[in-house]
Parts: sequence; C-alpha cells; structure tokens
Amino acid sequence: MLSADTKPRRTSGVRADSGLLNALHALQAEHGYVPRQEAMALSRRLGVPLARIFEVLTFYSYFRLEEPGRITLSVCDGTSCHLQEGPVLLKAIQALLGIGAGEATPDGAYQLNVVRCLGCCSCSPVLMVDDKIYSQVDPADLPGILKKHPPTAPKEAN
Amino acid sequence: MSTITPLKDRDALSTWAADLKTERASGAPVVIRVSMGTCGIAAKTTPVLEALQSEIRSQQKESQIEIVQTGCMGLCHSEPTIEVYDRQTQQSIFYGNVKPEQAPTLIREESSQAFGVDVLTQNWYRPEETDADVETAQARIVLRNTGRIDPESIADYVGTQGYAALANVVTTMQPDEVTQTMIDAGLRGRGGGGFPTGVKWQFAAKQPAGEKYVICNADEGDPGAFMDRAVLEGDPHAVLEAMAISGFAIGAAQGVVYIRAEYPLAIERLELAIQQARDCGLLGTNILGSGFDFDIELKYGAGAFVCGEETALIHSIEGLRGEPIFKPPFPAVEGLWEKPTIVNNVETLANICAIMRRGAKWFRQIGTEKCPGTKVFALAGKVKRVGLVEVPMGTTLRDIIFGVGQGIANDRAFKAVQTGGPSGGCLKTEDLDTPIDYESLRALGSMMGSGGMIVMDEDDCMVNIAKYFLEFTLDESCGRCTPCRIGNKRLHEMLVKVCSGRADMRTLEKLRQLSDTIKDTSLCGLGQTSPNPVLSTLRQFRREYLDHVMNHKCTAGVCSALVRYDINERCVGCTLCARNCPVSCITGAPKEHHEIDQERCIKCGVCQQACKFHAVDKH
Repeated sequence: MLSADTKPRRTSGVRADSGLLNALHALQAEHGYVPRQEAMALSRRLGVPLARIFEVLTFYSYFRLEEPGRITLSVCDGTSCHLQEGPVLLKAIQALLGIGAGEATPDGAYQLNVVRCLGCCSCSPVLMVDDKIYSQVDPADLPGILKKHPPTAPKEAN
Repeated sequence: MSTITPLKDRDALSTWAADLKTERASGAPVVIRVSMGTCGIAAKTTPVLEALQSEIRSQQKESQIEIVQTGCMGLCHSEPTIEVYDRQTQQSIFYGNVKPEQAPTLIREESSQAFGVDVLTQNWYRPEETDADVETAQARIVLRNTGRIDPESIADYVGTQGYAALANVVTTMQPDEVTQTMIDAGLRGRGGGGFPTGVKWQFAAKQPAGEKYVICNADEGDPGAFMDRAVLEGDPHAVLEAMAISGFAIGAAQGVVYIRAEYPLAIERLELAIQQARDCGLLGTNILGSGFDFDIELKYGAGAFVCGEETALIHSIEGLRGEPIFKPPFPAVEGLWEKPTIVNNVETLANICAIMRRGAKWFRQIGTEKCPGTKVFALAGKVKRVGLVEVPMGTTLRDIIFGVGQGIANDRAFKAVQTGGPSGGCLKTEDLDTPIDYESLRALGSMMGSGGMIVMDEDDCMVNIAKYFLEFTLDESCGRCTPCRIGNKRLHEMLVKVCSGRADMRTLEKLRQLSDTIKDTSLCGLGQTSPNPVLSTLRQFRREYLDHVMNHKCTAGVCSALVRYDINERCVGCTLCARNCPVSCITGAPKEHHEIDQERCIKCGVCQQACKFHAVDKH
C-alpha cells in the first residue's frame, strides 16, 4: 500500500542517537545556545553526522544557534494573553527596544522572545524578564520594568 | 521520616501506609496547605509561605499547625491561595489573595474563619474518596491529590493510598485482567483523541512478548492548557504508578516520560519522584517481590507542538526530527525502536490508579455512558474565576463557565468559548447547554482537545482568533506534508486579507474550500484539525466575517488595520497622551491640539486610557 517514499522513516535502529536531544539540552543549558564548535564536538563524540545534528537543532524551536541577549524578555502569546492585549504589549516592546521578536539588541543587553503560554493565564498579559513574571502589564509600565533590569556588562571572553 | 529501605512485599507497603495514617491522626490538628505550583510561585506565594513558617516558630505552634506545600489548587484567579484544613472536623476553608502580613492573624486564629482574608470557598471540589453529596460541580479523580499533598514526599502519596493499586495489580492480578478492567471502565484518551485506553493496551498486550515500551506524553503544547503541568507538579507519583500498571498489563519493563523542557518545576519533581520510587522498591527490579520489573526515564521535548502526535513523539525520543508518519502500523504494534509501544497522556494516566483501586463499575457511574469519568479543563480568558477545574463528563458548558467560573469578568457579555486549542473551534451562547463529551463537541464543529477552555466576550474578534490559531499551526507544522505546510500558509494569507479589509466574497468561499481540502488530505492530526478554528468561526460567526469583508469594519475593534485612533476637538493640549505613547507618535505643542501620526501608531490605546478629557476617539 505504501510507496517506498512514504515508508516510515524509522531509524536504522542506532540507539546512540537517542541521547542527542538530551545532549543538546545540556549544551544549551551551559552556553545559553548551541555553539557550532560544540555541535561539531558532539558530532565526533556520538558519531552522528553534523548535518543530522543541525537537522534536529533547526527543527525544534527551543534550540538557539546564536548567542542570546543577556537579559531575556519573554512576551506570552498564549490564547489568554493574546485576547488580553498581549500583541499590543509585544508591539510596544519592539518599538521601545527597536528589535523584533527572537532578536537581541545590538549591544547584546536584551533578548526579546515570544513564548507560547507560560500557564499564568490569570495574569494576562504576562511579561517574563529572565525568571521574574510581571502580570497584567500595560505598555506604559514598560520603562519602569526595564529600569528594574538595567543592562549588565558582557561576560569576559575566555 | 520516610523509609529508605526498599519495600519487599505488599504487606510492607500496607504496614507503612497504616503507620502513616496513625502518625497523621496523632499529628497537628490543623493543616495549612500552600499552593506552590508554577503559577502560585509566579503570584508571589513564596513570601506568604515563609511568613507562615516563621509565625508558627515564633508563636511556638509547631505541634498545632502543620504546613504542607502542595501543587496547584486550581484557584488561579486568587493566588496566593491557601487551604486551612481541620483534621477533627474534616472541614476546609480556602483563602485567596493572601498577603505575608496576614500570617500572624492566620496562625494565631488557627482554624477560625475570621481572618480578614478573602474567604474563597468551602466546597471547591468533591474529593475522590468521598461519595458524600457535596454541592459542587467539581468531582476530582485526576486532581485528587493535586493541591492536597506534598508532591515532593512519597510518604504523603503512600498515605493517600498511593501505590496500593500497583501493589494489588502486580501481586494478585493477571495482565489480561488489568487490560479487561480498563476496557470495562471505558476510559478514553484524554489527550484529545478519545480512543479507548484499554483497547490500545490490548493491541500492545497481544503482540509477542519481548521488548515493549510505555510512554507518557507530557509534551503539553496547546496554548492556554496547563492541566498536565498541574498534575505533574502536584501529584507526580500518580503518573509513575499508572505507568507501571500499564507496563504490567502490556508486558513492558521500560517507561519513558516525554516532557516539555519549558516545565522545569515539573521535571524537577518528576526526577525526585522517580528516585524516591526506586529507593522504596516501587520502581526497578522485582517490584514488591512480584517478579515484575519496571523502570522509567525522562526525555525532554524541545518546543515542537507536533510532538504531541504519537509517531512524531516517538521519533523525537529516538533523537530525530519530530515528524509524524502514516499509520498503520500503529505504535501499539511498531513504536519506539520498532517495538510495541503505548503512548498515554498525563491526564489519562492520572485516572488509572483510581480505576484499579475502585473498579470499572465505580468509574462508569461518573460521567456519561459513552464517556465515563471526568475531564480537567484549564478555564481561562474573560471569565471571573480563571483556574483549573475537573468536572464529570456530560457537564454543560454553562455549568463550567457560569457555575464554577462564575461568569464573565468586567460585566461584559459572553460571546464564545473556544475548546480544543488550535485543533478546536468556537461555540456560541446557543451551545452552552450541550453536555460535554467527545462526540457532542465534535458535532458542534469543535473538539474536546486536551482541555484548554478559553472564554471570549464581546471585545474579541472571531476572525482574529481564527488567524491567531492558524499562526500557531503555521509555526508548528513540521513541513512533511503539502496540505499542512502550504495549505495553511495560504489560509493564513486569506485571513490576513480579511482582517485588513482587503478581502471579497470569493475569499470567504476559497477559505472554506481550502479548509476542507486540508482536513481531508493532511497526514497527521495536526494538519487534519488545523482548519477547525477557521471553519467553526466561519460557520458560527459569519456576520463578523461579512462585516470585515463588506463594511471593512471590525466590530470588536481588534483588527488593527481596521481601527484608528484620532484626537477630537476636546483636546486641551495637556501632553499626557504624547508622554504616555510608547512609540512617541503623538505630536503637538503644550496647550495646543495634538495629532496622531497614523503611519507610526501601533493602536495600543494607551493614549485613550491616559486622556482625562475623552479627546481620543477609536473608530
């Protein structure tokens, strides 16, 4: 019934690959993103081709390939926040920082992300700055919130 | 306190449970439960907890009051929430919006009712163990321990009959009896599909003995749904116990929990629970001396909604891109590493221990004939009491939204309720009295889905909602099949046209046609259900679409291309609007009429809110 092309793309049974996602999670936890050098080292260690690693890296939205800004602003765009002025909040932050979603400010101070539902639907619209959640944020509150999280100096390169 | 020596048999577990019961009976007469889920912590519950703890110390009431940190109680609208439970009278009172400075009175007065704190409710839900007729729509099976026990203590779980079902299953039952009980109970998959769980187990059980797997799908990706997170954070052992039971039924020795990386607290509590269960001999080899081996490992998801689909999820565990494949073969026949595998959602699993303890007949008494049991909903949106609710199947939407949820916030009018997230649809006032189950919601063009329930009022634009969900699908489509990858993109372009007033009547007809095609031809559930938000709003709220198309008007005032703000002659030039505008697009000298630069305006409405002279109009 199935043509060769639609035949399930099951693995060749290489179980070493199954550690790939968890290994990538560990790299991102350490560096804040997955640096290419590290991905190459992982490829040699696991014996998985680099192309396969990037195939996986680019599929999942959780993994980042570039160094993020030092302070992360996450605007929630879950359904509840979307209905309660979340998009307006996002536009206001974009205008304030002059960057788009998924981007960092040129000085690397702030990273702006849009996230799907932080599960705090009673606090809509929600803005998370690093690990701190601000509830019912009005665009007019933004300068005050940013003042509480002033830009930090970049980490010294090793 | 807790025994670290592995329990060697069933009796050892019962003895432990009995000891815990005695210990508890002679313990503090008052228990204060503090809701410490992710949302509770976000709402600043930690300072409240610390204040309560330090007050108990300074008033020397350690023997009278016990503090238990629990998972989410479901009263998200009033976090920080605490429950004061009196062990003698078995009465509890829930308090909401608790502030640290109220701790001294709370501790001094103990179980008294007058604290100067918001008393939320007494009968918030009916616990699973009571059959008493409590006046509430909520009956808890899935959430029976969530918000009541300390999720980080295996003793707390064992003390509420935890692992009793597993002990009974592995020492006294045959695998096919377990499967038969599940079939008799009629539990259907709570992840959205509604496939009978027992039948799924039977498929896998019938496969030749050998390597088999049990997977718990904890990749809750539906925006606005957080039921699974609440269970994992509030009662992780219930999920582990159920996985072991299903492993016994199908003959699997290994379980995998595939969990979202975005749920750090749930991951932490699961890891701890797995370790505790291993230490107690409730996971691992020769569980309770029965000869049954079962262990569980965690695998992290990485933000791909499509991985909620079981074949995609299996690929992801195998370290591949999470792309779905054509079924059959079903995972029950050929799943993880091409071995028989069952994939059950968190909420489904959370039902299993209760069914095994109390029997299929008991379970069938709850809910409807076709859908026994309960369903947990994450009630959110424009409703007064946003929170986590669990009601018997067959409860009407009206009872949930206007009963448990207490109606629409800010005196607005109800417009619609969205169920099923990006795969579901919107229901109108006329549908409110429909008893909820899989079939009734599908008949209305929506879906049960995983349990997100978003309430909308007259200020919400239904075309915009359809566009929102489609944007989600578009982002999350894995790109494997054409209808989903390209079809949804075209659908989205058409909706953008509608929302910006550039569409004509042909666009609406094309929308419907293309939606039908995508439904019929997509490879997996994600694509097959992706046009549902469009189709259901197009059918139920056609007038709104027509308003956008014919009159270039968005009645709810949401679609920004069709909305503009202008400053009228009442402007006195106070400059307040200009100072508050986040994009500085308002110009004008002090004491002179101000103007909005329409090109740069982001239509946020801040100027209108700021103006004290009603000088900003929205059209």
